[in-house]
Amino acid sequence: MATKTIKVEYLARVEGEGALDLSIANGEVTNAQLRIFEPPRFFEAFLRGRSYAEVPDIVARICGICPIAYQMGAVHAAENAFGIKVEGQLRALRRLIYCGEWIESHGLHVVMLHAPDFLGFDDAIQMASQHGEVVKKALALKKAGNEILRVLGGREIHPVSVRPGGFHRVPTKAELAPLAEQLKAVRDTAVELTHWVAGFDFPDLEQDYEFVALRHEDEYPFNEGRLVSNKGIDIDIAEFDSSFEERHMAHSTALHAAIKARGAYLVGPMARYALNFDKLPPTVQALAQEVGLGPVCRNPFKSIIVRSLEILFAVDEALRLIAAYERPAEAFVPVKPRAGVGYGCTEAPRGICWHRYEFDAEGTVMDARIIPPTSQNQPSIEADLKSVASGMVEEADEAIKYRCEQTIRNYDPCISCSAHFLNLNIKRS
Amino acid sequence: MSERRRPKLAVWKFASCDGCQLSLLDCEDEILALAGAVEIANFPEATRTFVEGPYDLSLVEGSVTTPHDAERIKMVRAQSKFLVTIGACATSGGIQALKNFADVDDYIRTVYASPQYIDTLETSTPISAHVPVDFELRGCPVNKVQLIEVVSAFLAGRKPAVAAHSVCVECKQRGTPCIMVQGTPCLGPVTHAGCGAICPAYQRGCYGCYGPMETPNMPALAREWTALGASPRDIRLALSTFNVAAEPFAEEAAKHGD
Repeated sequence: MATKTIKVEYLARVEGEGALDLSIANGEVTNAQLRIFEPPRFFEAFLRGRSYAEVPDIVARICGICPIAYQMGAVHAAENAFGIKVEGQLRALRRLIYCGEWIESHGLHVVMLHAPDFLGFDDAIQMASQHGEVVKKALALKKAGNEILRVLGGREIHPVSVRPGGFHRVPTKAELAPLAEQLKAVRDTAVELTHWVAGFDFPDLEQDYEFVALRHEDEYPFNEGRLVSNKGIDIDIAEFDSSFEERHMAHSTALHAAIKARGAYLVGPMARYALNFDKLPPTVQALAQEVGLGPVCRNPFKSIIVRSLEILFAVDEALRLIAAYERPAEAFVPVKPRAGVGYGCTEAPRGICWHRYEFDAEGTVMDARIIPPTSQNQPSIEADLKSVASGMVEEADEAIKYRCEQTIRNYDPCISCSAHFLNLNIKRS
Repeated sequence: MSERRRPKLAVWKFASCDGCQLSLLDCEDEILALAGAVEIANFPEATRTFVEGPYDLSLVEGSVTTPHDAERIKMVRAQSKFLVTIGACATSGGIQALKNFADVDDYIRTVYASPQYIDTLETSTPISAHVPVDFELRGCPVNKVQLIEVVSAFLAGRKPAVAAHSVCVECKQRGTPCIMVQGTPCLGPVTHAGCGAICPAYQRGCYGCYGPMETPNMPALAREWTALGASPRDIRLALSTFNVAAEPFAEEAAKHGD
């Protein structure tokens, strides 16, 4: 029997290093593995012995694309352990800085990384030769997100102002005014972008995902809420281990997470959207309806539409927060460490990012566990790959390859987070 | 009519958070112009296009932490006319160099249930420990204005205009009153400039993410910190972050055991 191996040296337009192995035997896909060989960096180990105050700056370095997600998980966990509640404008500013991260991260993915797949280009720069206006406007949209990070946090990547209890420094109203102007100028782009991506050709694929996301009683979730799923999970974030487990697989430097009872699950924009559609403002719901997207989307290729809708949400939410902003008298609430365990779980652009820390009486980290979104999605990515490849085994390897890469990019995987290069090996026997 | 050949640019990733190469994609106003001026021959985070070497300029992000990467960097060097490292990981080993000072087996066991699946070196080392490097751009992350300057300079065949003084000078340029004078311990006096002195402007001490400046006076800094009430542990931890393996920081940190 002939065995065929095909390699794509790099799966491009993802963050991190990994490889994909597909085995096809007798016309059936027998194995689909996303192999992650991103060098391990051992954050959980070297957090031990560090002060709670250092944690937000250290964990930011897990990922240059979503540092706010890590910082927010860390500060909420410390505050949870020390019995501190951050409210009012400080809480609002945390939502605002997260809006910035969603806009820049989703903007990057939708236009620079994902859209070229649907239109047959290698990258956004090539795509700009035919869709120049779209790319330029989308870059301005992404820049507006980054500008929120810069104003609130000092810089776009690894911002410096987030700390347990609040911020090192909070902005003046006058500093936020130009941000609002910039956001208003790009709001139409978010709407146009949603229409543009909704017009792409989408492969038929509906998956029976178990969606997992935060759910908050009043708002579309960023930093707070209960962990819920469409198949019955409804738990406090501290009870994560009761429903979920992590598995260490030989083919990956990322740990895979699974629901103990049922296995693979999905986090990220599609999960947030399905579980929190009712919390989206009417303008965003109306746009979803206009582009033909129902309150639940199960086609992973259409995640690009959901991301675009979430950009609009984040722009509107940022504008709302800025309009209601009054500079708080203090940049942070006092933090007094005590021994204990604290949990944080926030909605990174790619899905929930869960943190657990154990502190001693001085606030020194005794133990740390962080579960990033991509490692949670890895089993679902592999399930999607199997479904996608199964439907096209008769097609040319090149076609399978292209579609499989696209399938992985549906997830906006952040492999640096989870543990870049994807080699695609298709073995046929 | 023949077009002048555009220089070939390659971007490579080693152990890192992707933030420094992301800085290129964060140049929203310049990226299309840059893509017009150079041929982006290898930049997997941004494009499927891959063009074989040799390359006129390679930007290298990340540190060397695996046996495979120790070999791969030699291949990158061999194909690159100029090799520039971008960021603290590539320039000093990054935060993951904390493992150089610890028992790696302990680390692996802390994070992974099945340590036998993990193939890693004992150390995280900068690119310059493996191959000659033409320029090192500091920062965790790099400053994108400096990044564009370095790329432009190498492509134009001139020296990059990147200052090597301390963050203190940038505070003066920015008009930020010295926070150390007001009682906040700050690494600004020993830290390489480049960020624009962000932290003091945000009412906190510099945490050294651009690494040591040229010839920093570390003992004087430690004395100042002690006078402000910092414990030996505070000093050690402050120097043991994103440039933990940079010599002046590592040496001074070692003097402040518990």
